[in-house]
Amino acid sequence: MHLFRWTRGKGRGTSTATLGEPLFQWFSTLIALGVVGVLILIAIVLFFEAEASIRAFGWSFLSGTVWNPQPPLLFGAFPFVYGTLVTSALALLFGVPISLGIAIFLSELAPPWIRVPLTYVVELLAAVPSVVYGLWGIFILAPVMRTAIEPFIQGTLGFLPIFQGTPIGLDKLSAGVILAIMIIPTISSVSREAFLAVPDSQREAALSLGATRWETTRLAVLRYARAGIFGAVILGLGRAVGETMAVTMTIGNKNVISVSLFDQGQTIASWIANNFTEAETPLELSAFIELGLVLMLMSLIINIFARLMVARVLRRGEGAA
Amino acid sequence: MKLPLDRDTRRRWIDVAMGVAAFVCVVIAIIPLGSILLEASIRGLRSLSPALLTSTTGGGGIGNAIQGTLILILLSALVSLPVGILTGIYLAEFGKNRLGAAVRFFVEVMTQVPSMVVGIFVYSLVLELGLIGLGSPRLVFSTISGVLALSTIMVPFVARTSEEALRLVPIAVRESSLALGIPRYRTILRVVVPSASSALVTGGLLGIARVAGETAPLLVTAFGSNDWFRGLDQPIESLPHTIYVWATGPYVAQNQAAWGVSLVLVVMMLGLSIVSRVVIRLRSVSR
Amino acid sequence: MAIKLSVESVSAWYGEKLAIQDITMDIEDRMVTAVIGPSGCGKSTLIRCLNRMHETIPKARVEGKVLLQGEDIYAASPVSVRRRIGMVFQKANPFPTMSIYDNVAAGLRLNGVRNRDELDKAVLGSLKQAALWDEVKDSLDESGASLSGGQQQRLCIARALAVKPEVLLMDEPCSALDPIATAKIEDLIFDLKKDFTLVVVTHNMQQAARVSETTAFMYLGKLIEVNNTRELFERPREALTESYITGRFG
Repeated sequence: MHLFRWTRGKGRGTSTATLGEPLFQWFSTLIALGVVGVLILIAIVLFFEAEASIRAFGWSFLSGTVWNPQPPLLFGAFPFVYGTLVTSALALLFGVPISLGIAIFLSELAPPWIRVPLTYVVELLAAVPSVVYGLWGIFILAPVMRTAIEPFIQGTLGFLPIFQGTPIGLDKLSAGVILAIMIIPTISSVSREAFLAVPDSQREAALSLGATRWETTRLAVLRYARAGIFGAVILGLGRAVGETMAVTMTIGNKNVISVSLFDQGQTIASWIANNFTEAETPLELSAFIELGLVLMLMSLIINIFARLMVARVLRRGEGAA
Repeated sequence: MKLPLDRDTRRRWIDVAMGVAAFVCVVIAIIPLGSILLEASIRGLRSLSPALLTSTTGGGGIGNAIQGTLILILLSALVSLPVGILTGIYLAEFGKNRLGAAVRFFVEVMTQVPSMVVGIFVYSLVLELGLIGLGSPRLVFSTISGVLALSTIMVPFVARTSEEALRLVPIAVRESSLALGIPRYRTILRVVVPSASSALVTGGLLGIARVAGETAPLLVTAFGSNDWFRGLDQPIESLPHTIYVWATGPYVAQNQAAWGVSLVLVVMMLGLSIVSRVVIRLRSVSR
Repeated sequence: MAIKLSVESVSAWYGEKLAIQDITMDIEDRMVTAVIGPSGCGKSTLIRCLNRMHETIPKARVEGKVLLQGEDIYAASPVSVRRRIGMVFQKANPFPTMSIYDNVAAGLRLNGVRNRDELDKAVLGSLKQAALWDEVKDSLDESGASLSGGQQQRLCIARALAVKPEVLLMDEPCSALDPIATAKIEDLIFDLKKDFTLVVVTHNMQQAARVSETTAFMYLGKLIEVNNTRELFERPREALTESYITGRFG
């Protein structure tokens, strides 16, 4: 190999060629490994900073409900974990059906000329910055929730504990709604890809039995793509869990655990956003970072799981899951 | 109204209803988008003025915010684009083995790290480095800190789009170059990368647009300032941060003005997106 | 002999491209009609027009009449047409996420059959009709995709038969199968024509000669000749037909 290269010389080119070849590969490999190194560095730094808090509180950090920056210093994450879970659940509750409806429309029902522009419009939803969603949430969504939607819900379903209390507009429900809107592009685009991967022969099988278009979608497409749909939903959940600004601006920012969706709350990300810079003691700072670590682990586990599911479906191209 | 009991008719009604329901879902999703764009335009235009654009946030304007965002994204791009594109090159050209698969996986994972977590990571890193003598703890709230945070977000994103862009280049292009005796690294740098250049540029611009709208990490790194840019080691204002502060503040005039800032930000991001499309158009015309 | 399906001047397009032109033929009840011809002659397009599957392709168009015992299928609802005229495809397409039982029962459930006993009876009957019952009777809960190629095709036949169609269209049902599986399905066709009218598209002339009573020969979108199978193969009327069956082209 080397001999060949030397004798093929074109003068100056040769020696740099033999040197540059592995050099470039080495260099780019190094950079790529460096990038991975940064990820590892993130984990190391966060663990290092959170150590004091982990040592001080152990597992009760996750169950503790008090965040006391004054002595006796006591920090618990449960209200924020609760808020994150509630808002994410709401986001999925509202976001998944709508995303699936969009994916079905775009892949099965829409006339060809409208598919590309509509797909583009739905993707535009993903391009709006989180803080602008928050702005819209505060001044457009929240008033509508407070004056129209939440009283209506309370009027009809107010006997349920989750719909009690005075509607303020900036509450867990509104935050859930905004999160739902923000994860729609993710869930619908991945679902659409899963639908497009369903072979036409499946649709034809259903049609030839005398199925209507919806029945064909239900029998042949949705069932076949169900693993991909599941993966899409989990990906959406991953996004919802990590979302910060829009939630911070619409959830009301109260460090309480309450059943009612009309009450304020706090998520892990929003608590960090609001109070990280006000941390008074090194232990509190460490607690905040432990909180960040919890968030990162949640998000990582969810996303890795989702990607494994989606990759499996798209690679195999077969429905049986 | 008597419901048609014929089963076939009922199935047809359900079919129609489901079709309508799917369409309604699309409409439901578009409503917030339309509302945001509408409100940003109407309320935004109302609050925009030359004074707003030229004075600092200390004086009720956003001049320093615009400047801050531009500085932050430009410096981040300076760092992230080469690193991200090189990583993308590694993944597309040399990453077909087990190591490449692992790198790809970790890069993918990195794109999912919540931006708030990236912020507190950079804060902690700069703090600790400052405490042991590299830099200073004061640098936690500085332009450099903000650039580090935005770069951490941008690099994996650009790496992924770059890898995709390079993968689009047909193998035949690489093979014909290698067959001419051109060494591999030159093939990559002089043949493959240029032919993927428009997709690479698009990926880069999209990455820039994405971090231009990031707020959460800047809350704990760039922090914010009421003054013009004072130095890399000083806190710096940014458009998303201004939106956040003005939207959540108590002054109604500021609340309204937040729409104007949003408009500026959205226009900036749209501008980047349009520029990337123009670049693609120009490149394909000049071929 | 009674005419089950009457094809009158049927032409079909894919967008601007004319695929079949002015086809007129009769398909007799309780007999097997084979459609043969070289690749691209339009035989698949033709039978897909017989159960309104052709129009499911974007920009596809059909003109002409297809009468099922006198009723124009293009004036009725596609759903009801496809229930009466079933189809089996070139590559078996069972629903992989459903069990064998559920595959066969799929069409019945669509039509509102919920009663478990009724379904059991129908599934048993169809699987027996498709000569698959003995092979799967102990594994009805297994996935439809767990069977061999030939078994999957018989499963698809069972699934199509379960809704009790009057006509069964088969688009090259054996082309993806090995000779043994092919033989099984040809035997099946022989049995099925007692109860159903069958139209079989095949690129295998010997198969057409083996299973059908009537054979239609198509070339470049036109119907060249249709006749009693024996007649067509022994004394073809058209020169083109003779060239094809003697292997001079195709």
